[in-house]
Amino acid sequence: MSYTSAAETFDLARAQDVAREEQARAQAFFGTACGNAAALLPILHRLQDMFGYIDQTALPMIAKTLNISLAEVRGTMSFYHDYRTARPGRHVLKLCRAESCQSMGVDHLVDHLAARHGLAPGETSGDGALTLQNVYCLGNCALSPAALFDERPVGALDAARLDSLIAEAQQ
Amino acid sequence: MSATRIYVPCDSAALSVGADEVARALGAEAARRGLAVDLVRNGSRGMMWLEPFVEIETPQGRIGYGPVRAADVGSLLDAGLLQGGAHTLRHGPVEDMDFIKRQQRLTFARIGVTDPLSLDDYRRHGGLAGLERAKAMTPDAIVAEVQASGLRGRGGAGFPAGIKWRTVLEAGGPQKFIVCNADEGDSGTFADRMVMEGDPFMLIEGMAIAGLAVGATRGVLYIRSEYPHAIDTMGKAIAIARKASILGPAFDIEIRVGAGAYICGEETSLLESIEGKRGQVRAKPPLPAHKGLFGCPTIINNVLTLAAAPSIIAQGGKAYAQHGMGRSRGTMPFQLAGNLQRRGLFEAPFGMTLRELVEDIGGGTASGRPLRAVQVGGPLGAYFPESLLDTPLDYEAMAAAGGLLGHGGIVAFDDTVDMAKQAKFAFEFCAIESCGKCTPCRIGSTRGAETIVKIAAGRNVESNIALVKDLCTVMTDGSLCALGGLTPMPVMSALNHFAEDFRRAPARDAAE
Ligand SMILES: Cc1cc2nc3c(=O)[nH]c(=O)nc-3n(C[C@H](O)[C@H](O)[C@H](O)COP(=O)(O)O)c2cc1C
Ligand code: SF4
Ligand code: FES
Repeated sequence: MSYTSAAETFDLARAQDVAREEQARAQAFFGTACGNAAALLPILHRLQDMFGYIDQTALPMIAKTLNISLAEVRGTMSFYHDYRTARPGRHVLKLCRAESCQSMGVDHLVDHLAARHGLAPGETSGDGALTLQNVYCLGNCALSPAALFDERPVGALDAARLDSLIAEAQQ
Repeated sequence: MSATRIYVPCDSAALSVGADEVARALGAEAARRGLAVDLVRNGSRGMMWLEPFVEIETPQGRIGYGPVRAADVGSLLDAGLLQGGAHTLRHGPVEDMDFIKRQQRLTFARIGVTDPLSLDDYRRHGGLAGLERAKAMTPDAIVAEVQASGLRGRGGAGFPAGIKWRTVLEAGGPQKFIVCNADEGDSGTFADRMVMEGDPFMLIEGMAIAGLAVGATRGVLYIRSEYPHAIDTMGKAIAIARKASILGPAFDIEIRVGAGAYICGEETSLLESIEGKRGQVRAKPPLPAHKGLFGCPTIINNVLTLAAAPSIIAQGGKAYAQHGMGRSRGTMPFQLAGNLQRRGLFEAPFGMTLRELVEDIGGGTASGRPLRAVQVGGPLGAYFPESLLDTPLDYEAMAAAGGLLGHGGIVAFDDTVDMAKQAKFAFEFCAIESCGKCTPCRIGSTRGAETIVKIAAGRNVESNIALVKDLCTVMTDGSLCALGGLTPMPVMSALNHFAEDFRRAPARDAAE
């Protein structure tokens, strides 16, 4: 489950395999009660894990596999903050902007990222190394300010630790 | 000579400050010195300011050291770490540490003590006794035991768990579901995460007991995507439980991963999300207990609620009910967060005051500046000023003080906090996370944030404050769920208790 390994280009045939697999899995687990769209979130998650984003060309295939409308697939996908429609940077830094991290000065870190690295939340650095993303609580509030660097938790962040994460992303 | 057992936590809080590096350094350095060590990755004791917190098993009990950095490993071993030797990082026997000694750990009894993925450890420390006992009981007797415990839902609303279970038990239908709400979206909270990473079998056992209690054969564990380590640990634990036939065709669990939507912590939105839909809140009735997942009768409970079930069934509901105060029975894992010296997880019976937790246990601010505000219960909880710190932490007392206990998160701020900014954030958060179903929540939140910007700029301050108050009334009255309905709580508490922060800018009254 890491975007870093997602160097491969979007592959519709493999996406189709994922959709069929998740569909079968959901039906086996939920039995006759299972609704048509039950596998949709797992499919979207796996595609994003594999390719770093979900290519729009996959949506009609997903709709067809699950026997739901394209509008339903689009509607669900657009509702959730996690799903991306375009490839992110090679690394993703999810920075917690919620209250506990505010109380420990995360806003100063955001200023530092802008001033020192020209990086704003929601943006990817010019060299494609890092995407910065706001998130709201990572459950590491006792070690605020907190972030997730790809899937690696980092706590007690300060400007120096941020700088070294960015250097790591650029390697 | 037998190997000395060393514990280095694998909890993601510990990992976030270098626990893996410490474990690696310890292994490598011990090998280099020819010392026999048995390195165990335990959960966290919850003393996060001491993480990575390393423990050594000695004849005198487990001796704790922290916060340990990889660079400290050499000097620790020089000082006789493996014999519990003296060092500036040494805290003595863990069980004698003030922060541990003052707790009453029921849910967290094993967390930090055992290897989370060792089923043997789990059994040795009392695990599976509840499930074994439940298997010999009738569904009715299991539910009666939960009712006798007085256990209330730990997800925020505090609804009696036993009544919910009885409703599902009595509902008809060929298929029922147990859904565990592990969306833990409230800022300042991490108890669910610590349970999943530190004692996953307890949650599995709790869900299996719920299944037996109401005749459900399938459980879904909905974990937020922001918790990759919890997802990983629970996945491994479920696989182990299947191999050990704790889970199987009679009751099995599947993990579902959230997708970054706070509203999916709301129970009906969560069910929609499992069904593959937009996470929009359903109108109630019907209750999930009658028509929940895919229209089937469904128990949906928080992680801590379900995790309390094994000990309630093993020791009896009455034993559990002996803890607590008033109608808040049992213990609550409080989470001390934000600007505090000692931050972490502190499980105690309901009824301690906010001041005891923040000042005495938490040690006051980490920055050393005066404490100014404490937000209790997540982003929809009230900000308490110093003058209200003597409020006891139980559901009713918090409500009487104009706040809520929620999931037990406590976030402290020092005197650099700007409460107008916090009120603005509350509106912005609501705007970002609104499911879009109700106008006051969807539109009102954006309007609220804009109006606070004007107030902060000194524009028509008094009339704009009146406007914010009106808006809060509309949101309270006209929202389907607590996101829109309770966003006014942080906003109004900031306005009421920290009025001066809204009147800082020089007045620039003008026609708008
Ligand atoms: C906006 C909103 C967010 C919520 N988030 C959570 C959550 O993250 N975890 C949780 O257990 N309950 C959450 N709840 C409460 C659930 O709706 C529900 O009351 C709970 O899952 C019931 O379980 P319990 O009785 O064991 O607490 C939330 C409610 C609302 C309105
Ligand atoms: S109050 Fe907000 S989040 Fe809740 S149902 Fe209405 S629009 Fe959705
Ligand atoms: S508020 Fe930032 S990790 Fe919880």
